[in-house]
Amino acid sequence: MLLNIKNLHVSINGKEILKGFNLGVNKGEVHAIMGPNGTGKSTLAAAITGREGYEITKGEIIYKGKDIRDMAPDERANEGIFLSFQYPVEIPGVSMTNFMRTALNAQREYQKLPPIPAGEFLKKMEEKKQLVEIHAKLTNRSVNEGFSGGEKKKNEIFQMAMIEPQLAILDETDSGLDIDALKVVAKGVNALRSSENGFVVITHYQRLLDYIVPDFVHVMYDGRIVKSGGKGLALELEEKGYDWIKKEFEI
Amino acid sequence: MAKDKQNKNGVLEEVTSSEYKYGFVTDIETETAPMGLNEDIVRFISAKKNEPEWLLEFRLIAFRHWLTLDEPNWALIDYPPINFQNIIYYAAPKKKKELESLDEVDPELLDTFNKLGISLEEQKMLSGVAVDVVMDSVSVKTTFQDTLAKHGIIFCSFSEAVQNHPDLVKKYMGSIVPYKDNYYAALNSAVFSDGSFCFIPKGVRCPIELSTYFRINAANTGQFERTLIVAEAGSYVSYLEGCTAPQRDENQLHAAIVEILVMDDAEVKYSTVQNWYPGNKNGKGGVYNFVTKRGLCQGRNSKISWTQVETGSAITWKYPSCILKGDNSIGEFYSVAVTNNYQQADTGTKMIHIGKNTKSTIISKGISAGKSNNSYRGLVRVSKNADNARNFSQCDSLLLGDQCGAHTFPYIKTANPTAIVEHEATTSKISEDQLFYCQQRGIDSEKAIGLIVNGYAKEVLKQLPMEFAVEAQKLLAITLEGSVG
Repeated sequence: MLLNIKNLHVSINGKEILKGFNLGVNKGEVHAIMGPNGTGKSTLAAAITGREGYEITKGEIIYKGKDIRDMAPDERANEGIFLSFQYPVEIPGVSMTNFMRTALNAQREYQKLPPIPAGEFLKKMEEKKQLVEIHAKLTNRSVNEGFSGGEKKKNEIFQMAMIEPQLAILDETDSGLDIDALKVVAKGVNALRSSENGFVVITHYQRLLDYIVPDFVHVMYDGRIVKSGGKGLALELEEKGYDWIKKEFEI
Repeated sequence: MAKDKQNKNGVLEEVTSSEYKYGFVTDIETETAPMGLNEDIVRFISAKKNEPEWLLEFRLIAFRHWLTLDEPNWALIDYPPINFQNIIYYAAPKKKKELESLDEVDPELLDTFNKLGISLEEQKMLSGVAVDVVMDSVSVKTTFQDTLAKHGIIFCSFSEAVQNHPDLVKKYMGSIVPYKDNYYAALNSAVFSDGSFCFIPKGVRCPIELSTYFRINAANTGQFERTLIVAEAGSYVSYLEGCTAPQRDENQLHAAIVEILVMDDAEVKYSTVQNWYPGNKNGKGGVYNFVTKRGLCQGRNSKISWTQVETGSAITWKYPSCILKGDNSIGEFYSVAVTNNYQQADTGTKMIHIGKNTKSTIISKGISAGKSNNSYRGLVRVSKNADNARNFSQCDSLLLGDQCGAHTFPYIKTANPTAIVEHEATTSKISEDQLFYCQQRGIDSEKAIGLIVNGYAKEVLKQLPMEFAVEAQKLLAITLEGSVG
């Protein structure tokens, strides 16, 4: 199993957000995590990637057979965990090209490989830019600086394509996207799907799942998964709304 | 997770508390003056350098004036009183014979430069940079003299200039920074030991970057450099100055003077990378750097551009300035000042607009970490006759951690209604979001901080000549990242 989360409890500033979360992801699978706002979806992403301030009080996150709790965020990234951010940050003065080269070389250093040759790197950049239909000039600009909402999200998928992770977590990648951008993003994700990697797609709306078809759909409520099913569950949710879930599980 | 969190909390602190990496002492015999300062010492220095009578007179007048002055205390810096009688004012490597090639240079000295990554051989052969190495006040070796001589360019140590070009030195020395200018200028004028002299004749574009590496070496020895650059009409020169110093426990005083004179249609680009010993993590030791740098755009359409990357010294007190006297003259100041641990920097510039249609640009990027204090202090003055003067100032501060300080003191005085003076200032922190974003892409926190800081300073770094920019980028990263891992 690629990712196995068992009875995970996570607190922020002493407030418990995840309350016994369980999830297993095998290679080649796409899992959608849905649920109303404030149920802990983004907290899950933060806990898996090791963000500061998210305290695991109970349970474990097993990735590729190892408990990653004590691993630094960059180490987890270099082990193949990628997060497509809901709100990508701007880094003024650092070009996308420089940022990507630094990231790829950090990964290669971790794997005890020499830095990527300039020619190979540029070729890869060109290839992946086309995949997500990202404007050539965008990579000469500073990381996310002055990017539109859609450009930022495309840029996340572009980075994912460059880094080629084994486990990709997409946190509300569809939010703020128009339908054309959504299709481009989905196309990029689908191109990267393989029997060797797994995806966790966090989304509020069913819309994205029309384009990125999941193998499993999980509904989250109040810090845990309350319902799991196939892709049909997403459609059911779309039809009935989250109130249906809320009513069923309101304590 | 708890342990992990603790680690992560410690990262910012750790990366901002790195120790100075260039701490070593070169063991070369030095010939030193007795400790302390009086007229006899001034005469001793002058005699050692075999100076003409007028220069001794200049020193003595400056010394007598210095005695009447009080140390300035308006800067936002704090340090125990300096005992000026507890300093050695002259030290020179004993080996003095003229050297024909690098083979004759003391191997230990060469080794020092190799440790610093400054290989003279490499520089000679590959980069085409002429280097006038100032090692404890006396020039050891000057290269590329012949090439420069063909263009009529004079680039030599200040002492050599006094011997070989006394008329030029006498004419220009002290004309831009007079000995009366300030406390440390007076002190320097009295006891300066050596420095560089550069003269670019009319219409000549200097074909190579001129560079000088300064080093403070002998213990307890103040270093009082003097640089004089004269660019005649229509000439151009790019001058680089880079510094590192060995680790010392005692505070070392450095009070330099740099004077630049630029005539009609001439341009001088002066770049500095300063990395003197900043003291240890607890604020002990480090260089006191009290420098007076000033350029006079005397001619029409003349231009002076200062670029500085300041990472070293326990205390920096430095305001490279431009007097824009010639009509249409241009002054530029690009600065990155980094302070860490207990470092204090009070630095900035003065742009004095006197001529018509004069323009100035100020881009200052302060970076504070640890428990340090970093101040920008700048003056833009537009005098009555400076019609259509323009200034643009941008002063940004970046904070790492929550125990450091950043301050901005912009002074603007305009006496001409046609002047346009703009000032922009921002203060930001490296956010946890930015750090995490980099880390999530596999970049560790050390490298991430280096990346973010270099991005922040890019506007200034791109002003540096290529080979210097690379060095400066490394220096920024080393200063802030250092000891982690």
